[in-house]
Amino acid sequence: MGEWIVLVLGAAFALLGGLGVILLRHPVHAALMLVQSLFGVAMLFVAQQAHFLAAVQVIVYAGAVVVLFLFVIMLIGVDRAEDIRVEPLKGQRPLALFVAALGLVELIAIVAMQNDFGGVLPKTFEGTNVEQVSAMVFSDYLYAFEITSILLVVAVVGAVVLARRAPRHIDQTVDQQIDGAP
Amino acid sequence: MHLVAVANPNPKAYLFVAMALFVLGAVGLLSRRNVIVMFMCVELMLNAANLTFVTFARMMGDIRGQAIVFFTMVVAAAEVVVGLGIIVSIYRRRKAVTAEEASLLKG
Repeated sequence: MGEWIVLVLGAAFALLGGLGVILLRHPVHAALMLVQSLFGVAMLFVAQQAHFLAAVQVIVYAGAVVVLFLFVIMLIGVDRAEDIRVEPLKGQRPLALFVAALGLVELIAIVAMQNDFGGVLPKTFEGTNVEQVSAMVFSDYLYAFEITSILLVVAVVGAVVLARRAPRHIDQTVDQQIDGAP
Repeated sequence: MHLVAVANPNPKAYLFVAMALFVLGAVGLLSRRNVIVMFMCVELMLNAANLTFVTFARMMGDIRGQAIVFFTMVVAAAEVVVGLGIIVSIYRRRKAVTAEEASLLKG
């Protein structure tokens, strides 16, 4: 019974938040609804004994990622609402809904018909969740874990290069730039 | 026995939630114009995929599904950093962040 309550609450949080993201006109409001949605997903993680991932979800997603979103929204000053009545392309909205409905029907068909997911009854893991995840990450997935550090460094360097202002005197030669000529 | 069935929801229910979340994100991505909001919709879809991974990890009693979600989160964080950098540099050139502004490649 308890799991049902968490499931319904988490699903309501996640889906209402998702609706808010796609329906609210103001980007800041959309970002705040995104927090709600991510928090709902974290609740669903808790309901499935994924405690470590729930914590990471709240800290990394609802914390860092959404703060980054809000930071960029404030930085480039798009705190003005988008007029969502204007359609970007003619017929884009109906087409989007049609494609999404098609995908939804397909997914429902797959999940509803498939019953052999390797056991329907929930199995409980032995040991605490954090111990199990860390044992897996630091043994089988050790190389992948090390490579993610390279990925993060590359992402940081890429972000710095992308967000850097273009050099002012682009037509200067290297010697002129070194000499500091105007 | 009936009470036991009520006490434990079928894990498939989580799959349906993840599915609905993914479709919401897809609709938003396809129909919004603001690039930042489109990016948020991508995050919604990523989260739906993560929820699916966790659900399958539980159904199969295999912790590796959760380990993969951990890596997905790292990649998503890197993706957000680079994507927002791209958005900032689009804004520098065009002074707007709607998708139809970046139409130089249109035929």
